[in-house]
Amino acid sequence: MHGRPRKSATPVDENASALKAAKIRSLQTQFLQNHHNNIYTKEALELNAKLLETNPEYMTAWNYRKLAFEHNLISQSDAEKADSDHIKSIIDEELRVVENALRTNFKSYGAWHHRKWVVSKGNSSTERELKLLNMFQKQDTRNFHAWNYRRFIAGLKNISDEKELQYTTDMINDNFSNYSAWHNRSVLLSNLLEKKAEGYFPKETFLTEEYEFVRNAVFTDPDDQSGWFYHLWLLDQTVKVDMPVMVSSWPPCDSDINLPVASEVKFPVVLYFNEPVEGISSHTVIVQIEDDVFKDITWSPLSTNKFGCGQAWVTHLSIPHEKFNFSKIYEVKIKSEDSRGITSLSGVPCSRPWSFAFRVSVKDVQPDEGQSFGRIMLTDESFCTIDTNLNKTNLLKSYFELKTSDDDQITSSKWKLEMIDNEIAHYRELLTWADCKIGKLTLARLLMAYDSMTSSATPIAHVEEVLQLYSELMKLDTPHQQYYKDEYSLVLLKQVTSSMESLLKHCWQYKSTPSSITGSICLRLNSLSLSRIGSIERLLWVQSLDLSHNQLHSIEGLEALQLLSCLNLSHNKLASFTALDPLRFLKSLKVLNVSHNEIGSHTIDTRRYQCSSPMSHTIDYDPKFEEFANGDAKLVNFWEAYTVFGGLNLMQLDIVGNVAVDERFVSFLVKLLHGLKWLDGEELH
Amino acid sequence: MGELATEKHTKYILQIEKKKDDNIESVLTEHLRINGAYWGLTTLDILGNLKAVEQEAVVSWVLSCQHESGGFGGNVGHDPHLLYTLSAIQILTLFNKTHILNIPKLTSYISALQNEDGSFSGDQYGEIDTRFSYLAICSLALLKSLDKINVEKAVKYIISCKNLDGGFGCTPGAESHAGQIFCCVGALAITGSLHYVDKDLLGWWLCERQVKSGGLNGRPEKLPDVCYSWWVLSSLIMIDRVGWIDKEKLVKFILECQDFENGGISDRPDDAVDVFHTYFGVAGLSLLEYPGLKPIDPAYALPVDVVNRIFLE
Ligand SMILES: [Zn+2]
Repeated sequence: MHGRPRKSATPVDENASALKAAKIRSLQTQFLQNHHNNIYTKEALELNAKLLETNPEYMTAWNYRKLAFEHNLISQSDAEKADSDHIKSIIDEELRVVENALRTNFKSYGAWHHRKWVVSKGNSSTERELKLLNMFQKQDTRNFHAWNYRRFIAGLKNISDEKELQYTTDMINDNFSNYSAWHNRSVLLSNLLEKKAEGYFPKETFLTEEYEFVRNAVFTDPDDQSGWFYHLWLLDQTVKVDMPVMVSSWPPCDSDINLPVASEVKFPVVLYFNEPVEGISSHTVIVQIEDDVFKDITWSPLSTNKFGCGQAWVTHLSIPHEKFNFSKIYEVKIKSEDSRGITSLSGVPCSRPWSFAFRVSVKDVQPDEGQSFGRIMLTDESFCTIDTNLNKTNLLKSYFELKTSDDDQITSSKWKLEMIDNEIAHYRELLTWADCKIGKLTLARLLMAYDSMTSSATPIAHVEEVLQLYSELMKLDTPHQQYYKDEYSLVLLKQVTSSMESLLKHCWQYKSTPSSITGSICLRLNSLSLSRIGSIERLLWVQSLDLSHNQLHSIEGLEALQLLSCLNLSHNKLASFTALDPLRFLKSLKVLNVSHNEIGSHTIDTRRYQCSSPMSHTIDYDPKFEEFANGDAKLVNFWEAYTVFGGLNLMQLDIVGNVAVDERFVSFLVKLLHGLKWLDGEELH
Repeated sequence: MGELATEKHTKYILQIEKKKDDNIESVLTEHLRINGAYWGLTTLDILGNLKAVEQEAVVSWVLSCQHESGGFGGNVGHDPHLLYTLSAIQILTLFNKTHILNIPKLTSYISALQNEDGSFSGDQYGEIDTRFSYLAICSLALLKSLDKINVEKAVKYIISCKNLDGGFGCTPGAESHAGQIFCCVGALAITGSLHYVDKDLLGWWLCERQVKSGGLNGRPEKLPDVCYSWWVLSSLIMIDRVGWIDKEKLVKFILECQDFENGGISDRPDDAVDVFHTYFGVAGLSLLEYPGLKPIDPAYALPVDVVNRIFLE
């Protein structure tokens, strides 16, 4: 029931209501009898029509009409069959019943579907349907049933997209506050764009007009949401690269990496794309070490879904043992073979070929077996500032000498830049007379879009202004504060990773490099109030990462950091073991600190469907778990910890300060992580 | 602002069953009585009072709604439809009684409703809607029989209903609506396919459903309504963006829609209550971690312990 006032009924009301109830009940009973006995007489149909008029939601009654319709068509005499007027009158009767039902409730799914069903039989006039629609769409301009029916009729009767587009223009000109019309406009324009219809390709002209059209709506009443999403859609249409692009890799292009050799030389290669892709395999990507092409390479997506897609993909290469030569530098080439076989999730192929090369050398290190594993401290005192003259930063440097964007794209986007620049000017103007949230938010988005199109190499120009806008939004629109905070975090990380200089400010060096973790640089992004992680494509080199004392409730994205061996996540807002799911992909992770989070403090797990679990059919339940858990197999915490930690090779773990962690849990963990040497600062034996 | 009137709501739900004959609401909703039973029983379970129900009677009544085809009708003698089939399965799941079903028959009824393009019809009369995709997928998952349908095609069809705002409609091209979004996101969650959702875009649209009063609406520029506490919240939780709304304000809005005198929750403050909004209000509060309530699973719309019992064994 919607919109009916709460009041106690008077005796008169109650009487009337009981009377009406009895009447409907009798209609229902008689109808069901007819239905069960397949009685399709005129009287039975009239009774059914009466029932549907009082209760259009009575689904079985609509089914009955369809059966009756078919029954009566089949059983008609030859003379009737030849008489097209007779068929027409049967159809008209159905349409009349639907119309009456819709007058009772124009949101009735059953009634609208019945009309579609009847009209699909042919013999109905387009005029009549459009007239009916105009009536209902005028009465309620947002009725989505009517809009759906309109799209159905337009399809059935071949009404052109251009004509329907004009209808949305008229509706919006009538009243811009009509989200349904804006929505339909986006659908029609997408069709026209896809068809490359005249006047809609290239996009430039139509985009200019649409920006102006929606600007009028937003500027008329900035608090009305009708145009907000449409504007964001236009912005996306303007800036989006229309195919997947490989944006970063480990090792980076043209870099030199130096690997310690134990028994074999093995290293990960990570491909990072601007969006999730499918189809990375030895057929689509060629890997060549020196002159040998490696045929049987398995690429895996770094993602929890099971459909073989991901934004980051990894393979592990090894230099065959017989080829070891310590004085040699191995040239490794990775290139797309059939890049059209690599597609976005919507099936758009990555049609531009790509390739990169790097050099690998091998250094002889004595294996440190038998040595004790000292606890690694991750406090301020353990670090000192980095000496930039050392060649340790060379790798980092290769990330900022990337030539990712090619020249033809830059020239082709000149009109895009102008278009966005123009929008920026308009929204700045809006903010001079209206202190509105959509003005600030749109301006922030436009500025970031502008920067992303101009600055693949140079630092971001408008970042300070954008951060300022998000700070203002947090205060202006407190209910959605967290949304702006998350956006703020992403922009901040863009800024931090935008240049080598800014990144180096956050790089520290271990005073004494622990032998158990590789690399002596730690990227310290601690205490930045980060509520979200981003710019992963600039962090693929990171081996040691400090994210402590932030406000992270998710670490999505970290799964791509395949070199990570030491990770500090203490003092964040991670609320469940499922939030740690990305760690399952980090096979080199040795040291982990998740102490002082909120694991176990919440009854609702917001990460539950973002991780692999039997509920989402992404992994099967593992009966071996019960062995491990003993009597605690019923506890979800134990199961989740089992799936996350079960595949890790941790040597040091800090997990104290979480509600889920008690004595029983700790002994479960110790059993599960048999390589563990340190737990919460205590050495295990 | 009052607190949650647990006892009153329990009483309200228990008495709906008793006075079903003489009032107009129950006559007009007779065709979906099995949905009503699911809403009522799940609410009772979340409130911790499912034991107050005569389990045997409910179970045998549910079975009497089953049609010879295997599907369930909304009431005894009504035609079967996915809308009612899921409720029947959910009720039996609550009572841990799905083993009494003829599962092969039931699952073949459901899987036969999948169309060539991956979509689902609600019944043999052919209406297609992404709601039905959710109903079929959720039903089969609860019966551990997802392999009976072409999941990949089912997912592809749902994705084809994605819109400019990141939301989903009933069919390709149809406008986004919070209820529809719950169905699509739920179906994608159950099939491990949430990577197809643009979480930031959809999350922004969903969080903007919160209006000044703290309540949530189902589409832009519409009035808030308690039922959207469920549709919007569960979707936000499944895509992990629930922090983007003001939870306290929403709790306040739901509590204000209670009928403190006779129990039950309505769509908006001071409107007439019904079991539908009572369920969505209480389930919404559960998603908001209101103290004393059993947590509910956002995808299967059943208490978390019930879902865990099925999948973690
Ligand atoms: Zn409602």
